[in-house]
Amino acid sequence: MELNLDITEEPKVKLKEEVLYDTLIIGGGPAGLNTALYAKRKGLNAGIITERLGGQVMDTSTVENYLGYESMTGEGLVNKFIGHVQNLQVPILKEVQVEKLDKDGDIHQVHLKNGDIYQGRTLVLATGSKPRKLGIPGEKEFSGKGVAYCAICDGPFFEGLDVVIAGGGNTAVESAIDLAKIAARVDLVHRSQLRADQVLIDQLKNYKNIHIHLETQMEEIMGEAMVTGIKVLDRKTGEKKIMNTNGIFVEIGYLPNSDVFKDYIKTNDRKEIIVDDYGRTNVDGVFAAGDITTIPYKQIITSAGDGAKVALAVNDYLNTHAKIEAPQKVVAK
Amino acid sequence: MTLLNDEIREQLSGFFKGMKQDVTMAVFTEKEKCETCKQAEDFMQEIETLSDKIHLEAYDFDTHQDKAKELGVTLLPSIVLLDGEKKHQGVRFNGVPAGHEINSFIKGIMEVSGALDSLPESQQERLKKVTKPVNIKVFVTLSCPHCPGAVEKAHKLALGNPNIDAEMIEAQTFGEVAGKFNVSSVPKVVINDEFEFVGNQSIDTFLDEIEKTQ
Repeated sequence: MELNLDITEEPKVKLKEEVLYDTLIIGGGPAGLNTALYAKRKGLNAGIITERLGGQVMDTSTVENYLGYESMTGEGLVNKFIGHVQNLQVPILKEVQVEKLDKDGDIHQVHLKNGDIYQGRTLVLATGSKPRKLGIPGEKEFSGKGVAYCAICDGPFFEGLDVVIAGGGNTAVESAIDLAKIAARVDLVHRSQLRADQVLIDQLKNYKNIHIHLETQMEEIMGEAMVTGIKVLDRKTGEKKIMNTNGIFVEIGYLPNSDVFKDYIKTNDRKEIIVDDYGRTNVDGVFAAGDITTIPYKQIITSAGDGAKVALAVNDYLNTHAKIEAPQKVVAK
Repeated sequence: MTLLNDEIREQLSGFFKGMKQDVTMAVFTEKEKCETCKQAEDFMQEIETLSDKIHLEAYDFDTHQDKAKELGVTLLPSIVLLDGEKKHQGVRFNGVPAGHEINSFIKGIMEVSGALDSLPESQQERLKKVTKPVNIKVFVTLSCPHCPGAVEKAHKLALGNPNIDAEMIEAQTFGEVAGKFNVSSVPKVVINDEFEFVGNQSIDTFLDEIEKTQ
């Protein structure tokens, strides 16, 4: 019997509405957690507000490209991050959603959907990204009815069945390998060429039940109560055909979780928050780190590294700006 | 047989030190036709040893039909968590809470013992208005990292209102039930067998769906 225990002690220090934090970090993935670590070590009073502690790494079965760890589960790695930050007594408020950001004089405010308001001299936005959708007919209709976005979660439902994986990056190839161990047949369908790491592509050859279709565009997901197939276009021949399948795993990259900030902070056409070399956004005192930013390539280690950099930039910012005093009137609660 | 290694035992005992009220785990099994019943019972026996505040009551389903009915048990194995007065609070686990579900199970024990924070006021207000019976089914797989979050929320709602009953259903053990509700992505939440959503959504989303049944 396998146990994936990831219970961390409930944080002993709680995030408080009446405290003006030096920096409030929104997001609890590698970028946010490492920002907290570096900020705390600089002596800053930092707090984390997050919807999902651990972030997307939690959905990764195996991580083999984080320096120092040859092979870890995503969850195992992120639990090390969380433990490290909690040992430094950083308050973490989890399972909450941000409604909007605001400013009261020089003080930045984070309004939560539950009505709570937290205050910081600076903010660091590190809410990462979420799986991108195909945006083709049938996807929404059959979501949860054969269309899935988490291979390790939903793989067990496809034991002995046929699945299609959409995508050609690392996540798609990793999912193909994970699912090949469970499913009867795995078809990896991608509209261009594979862009996954060569070490992963090499592993595909070890599975006789994985079939690769490149230059193939998905056009429509078909089914009745559940998915039965997918209509694809072979871009080389222009031929359209229907592939029969029981499930479709969509692994075509990520979209930044920036919707809640977009009216307040400048984003680019890919919804990424525009930052400079120091992680500064267009709003003075508001920084961003990790996958949510315009920084190219989204990796666990680059997100963590970006968090470290931004924490140091926040520290410099606070050192060069006159100390913002806590407001006279404390928010009543 | 030991299912828990020393490291996990130590971690869990430490965690259980925060328990307030005693908690009784009522475990329902049957001798035949139930592949995971033995495992469930062995597992609960080990959990019981981790705290003086945790108690185990093992019931054979066939000979304790009345008790099973009282606690809403229809699937086996099933574990119902009872509070300090051995009262049913609507917190039930169907199938062995192993893999990632160990987390929702431990949280369930803490929650029933009264050790975790209650819901914010605004959500409590909404919860108070639930006056008709509500059943929340949360389908999970043991390899799903965000399933425990949905189970924990459902149980928190059950504890906050006596009209709400919430159960985890391990979709592979209970493939037939999962099939009936077309489960192919988890966590899948089904309310009163009628309203459903997929994903570890917010408490407010749970409340939105629950309100449709009122």
